[in-house]
Amino acid sequence: MSDQHHRPKFRWHIVVFLAPAVLVYTAVMIYPLFNTLRLSLFTEVDQERVYVGLQNFRRLFGETVWSDQFWNALGNNFWFFVIHMLVQNPIGIALAAILSHPRLRFAAFYRSAIFIPTILSFVIVGFAWKLILSPIWGIAPGMLDAVGLKSLYAPWLGKEAYALTTLSLVSVWQFVGIPMMLIYAALLSIPDEILEAAEVEGITSLSAFWKIKLPLILPSIGIISILTFVANFNAFDLIYAAQGALAGPDFSTDILGTFMYRTFFGFQLQLGDPHMGSTIASAMFAIILVGVCIYLFGIQSRMRRYQF
Amino acid sequence: MSIARTNRFNTLAAHGALILYTLIALFPVFVIVINSFKNRRAIFREPLAMPNSETFSLIGYETVLKQGDFFLYFQNSMIVTVGSLFFILLFGAMAAFALAEYRFKGNTLMGLYLALGIMIPIRIGTVAILEMMVQTGLVNTLWALILVYTAQGLPLAVFILSEFMRQVSDDLKNAGRIDGLSEYRIFFQLVLPLVRPAMATVAVFNMIPIWNDLWFPLILAPAEEVKTLTLGSQVFIGQFVTDWNAVLSALSLAILPVMALYVIFSRQLIRGITSGAVK
Repeated sequence: MSDQHHRPKFRWHIVVFLAPAVLVYTAVMIYPLFNTLRLSLFTEVDQERVYVGLQNFRRLFGETVWSDQFWNALGNNFWFFVIHMLVQNPIGIALAAILSHPRLRFAAFYRSAIFIPTILSFVIVGFAWKLILSPIWGIAPGMLDAVGLKSLYAPWLGKEAYALTTLSLVSVWQFVGIPMMLIYAALLSIPDEILEAAEVEGITSLSAFWKIKLPLILPSIGIISILTFVANFNAFDLIYAAQGALAGPDFSTDILGTFMYRTFFGFQLQLGDPHMGSTIASAMFAIILVGVCIYLFGIQSRMRRYQF
Repeated sequence: MSIARTNRFNTLAAHGALILYTLIALFPVFVIVINSFKNRRAIFREPLAMPNSETFSLIGYETVLKQGDFFLYFQNSMIVTVGSLFFILLFGAMAAFALAEYRFKGNTLMGLYLALGIMIPIRIGTVAILEMMVQTGLVNTLWALILVYTAQGLPLAVFILSEFMRQVSDDLKNAGRIDGLSEYRIFFQLVLPLVRPAMATVAVFNMIPIWNDLWFPLILAPAEEVKTLTLGSQVFIGQFVTDWNAVLSALSLAILPVMALYVIFSRQLIRGITSGAVK
């Protein structure tokens, strides 16, 4: 027998099955991603693209015109993230814990209703809250007045000190449904035997949550944290819809996404600069990569997965 | 205190907390929608009152339908969303089948390569994507959006679908092979129908972000005839800031289709999330 018979036939169908996905993914996602990183090393001189090494990064971190804006956006972005971690995720976990209670009536209704803001677009959410918080319309001051707290009202979105926190809370309002659902799923997957065993030992409700359920859902909390991180550090839409590309008042709500958009496209008198835009995108890429690596190697690998 | 008593108290507290949060979640939507049916004076005088025969007015809707081309925007959003979902599901399922079914050199590596995109947002590459779309003449076409959303949706689709395809029984596929079915027919006729629930989950996960995206329509397809509903309402509302009737009506009109989709698919969506498709 010649060894032609032993050599397996090349299986073209594998190529056919893989090709469309790999081609589209490579051409529209991976290649542009690396091309953007590459573009950050160039600049435009007399309408020609010139290689300048790391000069754009030196400008971004060295020249105060750029670095002030960058650190401002990065700091704001961190605050945006901190509020999500401190408000959105605990509320989501608490709601999931209540919902997962067996024999709770109307659970499906609550679940669907609380998830509604998550399906709305940023444009709707941004404008709706802008109108509600607006001093012209008077819904927010009117409601505070009704409970005797009118003095607490301020035009939050227009004040530098409050605007970013207010928008972060609006974003929390919108996305609370996601941690709620994921934690709810994790809580449902805890086998009844464990909870029954705990009950026999005399551990019930609140202490059962802290001592048994919470440790078991830690991996899900880890996933939610990294999802929140990635989503927050490339956020853009809500700020743009509510405050415009200038992220006012006085850049107090500027985050990396809006900063990149402004730099790339230009605004008012400043011309758009794709190369500085790429430089900011590269910085964002690095930040997200660091976050994902900390999660993958620092947190996830240390967390024990419970298999039932 | 008896156990029954504590239990009843706990149940009441649970309902109290859930009702409170449900109100917080629904209140803004409610306020926007009821006020869109009122005349200007009533919007400002009693923002929380329901519209009645005296204050009822459709003036805002008239302005919106006259000024903005909402049917066109709606149609564009529909084409982009359905087109992207079609390609995500078809290409995603094909690739997932190849990874789950066959052993070949580089299988794991290919899986990892495709999974990269789950964590890295596609927006980072926007500058180069725009440049490419300009060069290929796709800028200001719906194809640009469909391609971008397909690329964005594929990684998670391949990941979820290949998990499900591993569970399809080998006996079934081997029976097909003995009957002389080609690998393509095995995929399309035997495997695809069995993973339909997983495909629905993937579709629902991708639908909402695609429909609601503002970034790529703004950058890749801002021209009037290819505007999506999200971008269209953003621009429209920006122009009519002072016309409260028009703004409230435009917001309500933008909420409507998403709510309709949600009512249709919410069971699928919630089942998808809670079945642990995302691990």
